[in-house]
Formats: sequence, C-alpha cells, structure tokens
Amino acid sequence: MKPKTRRLSTLASSLLLAATTLSSAQAAESRDALMKEHRGGVMKLNAHGSAGTIDPMINYELQFWQLLSMTNDGLLAFKKVDGAAGNTIVPDLAEELPKPEDGGKTYVFKLRPGLKFSTGKEITTADVVASFERIFKVSSPTAGSFYNGIVGAEACLKDGATCSLKDGVIGDEKAHTVTFHLTTPDAEFFDKLAVPHASILPADTSPKDLGTTPAAATGPYMIQSYDPDHGMKIVRNPNFKEFSVDAQPDGYIDEFDYNFGLDDQAGLTAVLNGQADWTFDDPPSDRLGELGTKYAKQVKVHTLSAYYYVPMNVNLPPFNNAKARQAVAYAVDRKALVGIFGGPNLAAPLCQHLPVGMAGYEPYCPFTKSPGTKWTAPDMEKAKQLIEESGTKGQKVTLIGDDKAIPKSIATYMQGVLRDLGYDASLKTVSHNIQFTYIQNTNNNVQISVTDWYADYPAPSDFLNVLYGCDSFHPASDSSINISGWCDKKVDGDMKQALATAVTDPKAADVMWAKIDKEITDAAPAAALFQPKRVDVISTRVGNFMFNDSFHMLFSQAWVK
Amino acid sequence: MTLITEAVAPPAAAAPGRVQVSRGPWATAFRKLRQDKAAMTALGVLVLIVVVCLMAPLYATYVSKTDPFSSNLSGTITVNGEDVAVMQAETEGLGLGTTPIGPTYTGAYFFGADTQGRDVMARLLYGGQNSLLIAGSSTVLTLVLAGLVGIVAGFFGGWVDIVLSRLLDIMWAFPVFLLAISLSIVTISHGLVIGPITISSDSLLLPILIIGLIFIPYVARPIRGQVLQLKRSEFVLAAIGLGVPQRRILVVDILPNVASTLIVFAPLTMALNMITESSLSFLSIGVQSPAASWGTIIEDGQGLLYTRPLVAVLPGIAVVITVVALNVFGDGVRDALDPRAKLRVKD
Repeated sequence: MKPKTRRLSTLASSLLLAATTLSSAQAAESRDALMKEHRGGVMKLNAHGSAGTIDPMINYELQFWQLLSMTNDGLLAFKKVDGAAGNTIVPDLAEELPKPEDGGKTYVFKLRPGLKFSTGKEITTADVVASFERIFKVSSPTAGSFYNGIVGAEACLKDGATCSLKDGVIGDEKAHTVTFHLTTPDAEFFDKLAVPHASILPADTSPKDLGTTPAAATGPYMIQSYDPDHGMKIVRNPNFKEFSVDAQPDGYIDEFDYNFGLDDQAGLTAVLNGQADWTFDDPPSDRLGELGTKYAKQVKVHTLSAYYYVPMNVNLPPFNNAKARQAVAYAVDRKALVGIFGGPNLAAPLCQHLPVGMAGYEPYCPFTKSPGTKWTAPDMEKAKQLIEESGTKGQKVTLIGDDKAIPKSIATYMQGVLRDLGYDASLKTVSHNIQFTYIQNTNNNVQISVTDWYADYPAPSDFLNVLYGCDSFHPASDSSINISGWCDKKVDGDMKQALATAVTDPKAADVMWAKIDKEITDAAPAAALFQPKRVDVISTRVGNFMFNDSFHMLFSQAWVK
Repeated sequence: MTLITEAVAPPAAAAPGRVQVSRGPWATAFRKLRQDKAAMTALGVLVLIVVVCLMAPLYATYVSKTDPFSSNLSGTITVNGEDVAVMQAETEGLGLGTTPIGPTYTGAYFFGADTQGRDVMARLLYGGQNSLLIAGSSTVLTLVLAGLVGIVAGFFGGWVDIVLSRLLDIMWAFPVFLLAISLSIVTISHGLVIGPITISSDSLLLPILIIGLIFIPYVARPIRGQVLQLKRSEFVLAAIGLGVPQRRILVVDILPNVASTLIVFAPLTMALNMITESSLSFLSIGVQSPAASWGTIIEDGQGLLYTRPLVAVLPGIAVVITVVALNVFGDGVRDALDPRAKLRVKD
C-alpha cells in the first residue's frame, strides 16, 4: 500500500469511525428516547398449551426458546435485531468473539466483568464450566449432536452423572477466561454456543431437569412463576444491567403474562379483540382470508428457514428402491400443497433440501415437468414410469401423518398420491405430540411419513448433515433424526469435508454444500414439499414488532405503550 | 310360542255370522306400530336416508362426476359457463389463505368442496353408507351377543351366571366412550390379529367390532333379568316339570319372550351406535381415510367452520335426523311390543 493511499485510507477510516460513533450515539439517543416513551406495561401472550420444562438446557421448543432467549444468555448470542441480521453471532456473556486457535480446535472466551445472575450472585468461570458439564448431566437433547465435539464429551455422553470436562472446558478465574478444546474443528461451534442449551447457569444449579422451577436468569427478564396447565409470568430481572444492545438489549415491557389453554381459534379471537397481544399458535387456515383483508395491519408474515418434507425409509420396501422414491418426488403437486398451507403468499414449492435464503442454497429442481431450477408441475407420467421400472407397484404402504390440521391435510393428499402411483396406501394418523419421535424409531417400521424441519441455527449442515448424515441415524432410537435412514458414505464424507472447510473458508464450504444438496435431492431419501412462512398476529397496541429466524418475534423489543 | 295371545274383542253388537278373528302378538304389535304415525314417519325418513345413501355411486358417477375419495386441490369446474378453481386462493388484502369452493347447487359440488377439494355431497352419501353400515352391523352384533350372554347367564345360573355376570360387570366398570376410544387407539395402530384372521387398521370391521362389543352389558343385563323372571314363570316351570329338554325350553319358551325386548332395543341401540361411530371417526380413530363417514366429514369441516360451515353442519344434521328418527321409531316399537310401558307413562 502506498503512503498517500495509506493517508487517504487513514482519513477514510477516521471518517468512517466518526460516522459509526455518531450513528451509534444517535441510535443510543433515539433508543433512550424510545425507552422513555414506551417502557412499561404488561404484554399478554396466548398459546393452546405450554411447551414442557423451562430448563434452558433441556427445552427444545421454539415456543419457550423465544422466552429463554430473553431470560438467559450464553457466551455468544444471535443478534437481537429484525431480519437477516438476526443470524449474526455476537458476543453475549463473552467480551468478544474469540479467534480460533490450534487449527480451529481451541477457543478462549473472556467473560465480561461484573455480570450477575438474577439471584445477585456474580457470574464466574466456574459457572461456565459447570454449565457445560450440566448439559451432559441433564442429557440435553443436543448434548450428543451439538456438544459432542468438546474434549471429554464422549465419556460424558456415556455417563452423564459423573461428567467432567476438565480437559475440554477450562476456567481461569484470575484471567476471567474459559478455554474450550475440541476434538475436531467445528465451523458451527459458535452457532451451537448461541442457542439456549448453552445458557450459563449458576454452578450450583440442580443437575436434574428443573421442570417448572425457573433457572437463575441473566437477561433483562426472569420467569417468576410457571404452571404448565395455566400460565407463566415473566418479570424484569432486578440484577440486569444492559451489557450488549446486540446480544441482550433491555426490554420495553415490564411484565409478560403467558396464558395456556385457549385453542388457536379462541387465541386468535382474543388477539383481534384486544384481550391478548399475541398468540403462539398458527392462525387456523379458515381465518387467513379474514386476517389478510380485515386485519392486514395486525398481520406479520415472514419466511422461515424451514421446510415440509416426506422422508422415505430407504431400508424398507418399497422405498429401498431409489426409483420408487424419485417417483414420489415427481408425483407431488407442490402447488396443491402450498394451497393447503394457505396459498402462495404463505409458502413456496421446494424440490431440494436447503430452503431459500440458506447459505449454500442454489435453486435446483429435478422433480418437475421441466427439470431445472424451478418447480412447475408434477410429472405423473414420469412418476408412473419409474414405479413400473421399480417393480414396486401394488405394494402395501402405510403413511404416518400427524393429527394437526395442516399436516393431516398434507398426509391425506399424499395418501392419494401414493394410491395414484399404484400403491395400496393407507394413512395412519398419530398424535402430534409423539409423531416426530415415532417416525424416527426404526422399530416402528415407518415406510413414509410427513413432517417438517425448522433450523436450530442458520447453517446448511443443520438441514443436510443433521437430516441425512450417517451420524444422525440411530436404529431403534426415538432420537434418530435421519428419518429416512439414508447413509451414503461418499456424501457423508463430503459433508464432513464441508464442515471442516467452513472453519477457514466459509464461501468454499457453501459451494460444497450446494453440491451436496443436489446429490441428496437426486437420491431422494425424502421428497421436499414446500418452504413455509410464519404468520404472527398482534394486537393493535403492540409496536416495534421485530422478527428473526432464530427466535421469531423478539418480545423484549416490542412495546405495548 | 307362549306369548299371551291377545284376542281382538268382538264389537258389542257383532253382526250375526261374523267370524271372530284372533291375532297373534306379532301381528297385533305390527298393527299398533302401523297406527303410530310418528313411528311410521320416522321409519319413512330412515328408509329415505338409506335409499339416498345407497345411490352414492350413481350420484358420484352421473351427477357430480367427481371422485369423492381423491384430492382435487388443483382442479377446476365450470359454473355458469365459467371455469372456477375448486380451491380458491384469496386475492384481496395480503392474499392469505385458500378456501374450497362453496355450494354451487348444481350437479358438481352441490354443497361445495372440503379441504381436499372433494365433493361434499358425494362424500355425505358415501359417508352415510358407512355410518349406517357400521351402526346397523354393530347393533346386530350387540343384540346377538348380548342376547346370548343374557339368556345363558339367566337360564343356566350357577357358575355360568357368576362368570358371565362378572365379565359384564368388568365391561360396565369402564366408561363406555373411554373403552371405545382405548380399544380403537390400540387396534388402529396395527389392526387386529385373532389367530388366522387379520383385520387391517382401515377396515370397517374394526369399528363394527368395537362398537358392537362395548354396548353388550347394557343390553345383556336386562335380558338376563327377564330370563330370570321367565324361568320362574308357570309355563316354564310346567315345561320343566313335564321333562321338556332345556334346549327346547330355551328355544320355544324363553327366546320368543326375550325377542320382543331385543327388538325394542334394536333401533335405540342403533342410534347410540351411530353416535359412537361418529364420535370415534371425528377423533380420527373410526373410519379411516380416504373412506368417509359422517363423523369424518364433520372432522374435515372443523377447519372450515368460518368459511364453509356447511361441510361440518350437513353431516351433523344427517346424524341428528337419523338418530332422532331411530329413537322415535324405537319408541313406537317399544309401545307396540310392550303396551304396559305406554300405560305406565299414561298413569
């Protein structure tokens, strides 16, 4: 770089810094003004039911992750802002994002000083170490998939009760640092530290599921009471001082009253009547028209990193035959399914396994009338030809659906498709509460099912590696998320390679993920159906509605005054 | 037959030479039933419903020209010379939601479409066939088994009575709908295998068997009581005294007297069975897709209550009309076969 250029560059940098500082100051000023104007009030939330335990390390439901993201913190967090920027990872209880050391196998986090739990106790490095050991002690649902790469995790997975991560998570109270050692580099390690399962709790927290007892909070709010049959009250955390606007901004609302019991119809009516401010449940499909016309101003629609799909068991006939699986993918009228979900403004046809907007996404659709990048129409002729070639025509097929309105409608439609293809298809509807685990367990001999997948965090591997990786297939287990049982050693190797590449070269990894997506789509262990959107309905008094992929509506950033 | 025959009394001033006619009890009951206008109207309604439902294939083939068992989510139909989508996407405002076509009151989609774009009218007729078939068959099963158990327990007494009565007690101990739901959930997962016989989970035989079994105690107990009474009656004691074989006493003396009770139970049990079938199908554990019953159609319509309420309301009305008709007809049969019951009411 030449001197003149350097001077200019220095000048430009100074101006940029000044502008950024000014803009941050303005933002802070404007935020202070907004806080003064809108702070206070009670927001009333509704849901048909609760979502089980409120233990941040165990709960795995979006319904409560929305709440836990504002009551608890990890070392890192997804930025609490509207839109795609919400996928950015920012330091939370840690001061900054650490640089990978030892080729991506070591990370040193420095804790912010002076932070306290809602109990008044200061957060120490011992709490961090204990929290990561607790993940294994309480058998967190992601202990084996997210945190198995920490040195010592393997032993902890075998015997959680005596879990020690002395070589994997090392606290240094003097330096106020925590060092993580991984067995292999993990490009998504930061994502995994930003979900509620990696919340930092006091070291003396019970090593058992907390159930309905709230954990000590670190965010602007804390759960005051929780009764799964009736409701939950969330109040301000008296020991919270805003330490990062990006990671954990202070909230406008004083209190959240979450009521459980009203069904989707009643919950929606309550919001429209101003008796509640928001309802968790999707609006009933017969009221969407009314919402889009009469209450359009209260409706917020957002694309989700999610997809509906039909996993087909590659280890059981008839779908152990690739042609039979491809036939199903060809035969599905995705436009019809979009209609079931609420029409083209609420869903979009999808042929591949990476949804639109995901890193590595490249439009690809081989299973359509004119194969290319876009789905146009089902190709029943081709589908029937494949069925003939597969020699599986006339076989008995049982489709497993769930009993919620939309999944059930999709399953009913899919049963018709299978019959049209020449199968003796029957539909078994299983309760929504157990369907997802039922279809995972190979003991249930599920041939084909209808389900959906919502990203835990915005990464292509969360769709491809998690759903189709060999490591995700666990025969005879309720926790075998590779529902199809598809394990292609070559593709699996490619995925591992992509994960490793992402540590140093995320862009190159994205190119690899795009190729893997195509390979999986071609092999058709599952037929992708469509990418859904989320409809939120809010009361007229709710302001500053913000939504991001990770936690959907950001309650702490909304106001009711 | 030992039913006390009823002689039709001659008019006080009978014309000379007129023959005195004596009718049997069944003929008398039938005559009484025919004179009961309410019962006859109910019977007419029932016959009409059965006939209309039997015409379902003709309706689907020649009138609606649709397949009521296949989704038609992307289809169109011609209404008043215009092509109209069966599933209509909302175009106003934010353009959210898709609504099935409403009643056209013409051949195709007379009462509109359901969430799968299927013709509601055609499904109502096919659904009626299944609802009536299940209710009727399960009623026959209930009455045959309950009659058998009640007669055997009451007539033979002793340990046979003890065993059968306790079995009935155990069944009675379960709330009837809870028992039906439990049995349905268990059998619907993998079907039912009894020795060499396998009943698949989507077979109509499953709801028939379950509904037929759960109401046995409710019929068998009164039958047993009646048999105990009959056993002590003079004509049975006389038959025993004369050394008439037990089998003959059962067939000739007991069964005909119990038959009238079973016949009185028939329409009332069928009404109850129809409600049970609708309830199970509404809960997705009765008739299985793509087959229909009035219960499954009500469930299909549940998600359309705001936009297309007819989908849920029409099968509901069909169930109500059929059940009311069965009850009214059942009352008529009871009055005809058991005149004392009517007298008691009048007192």
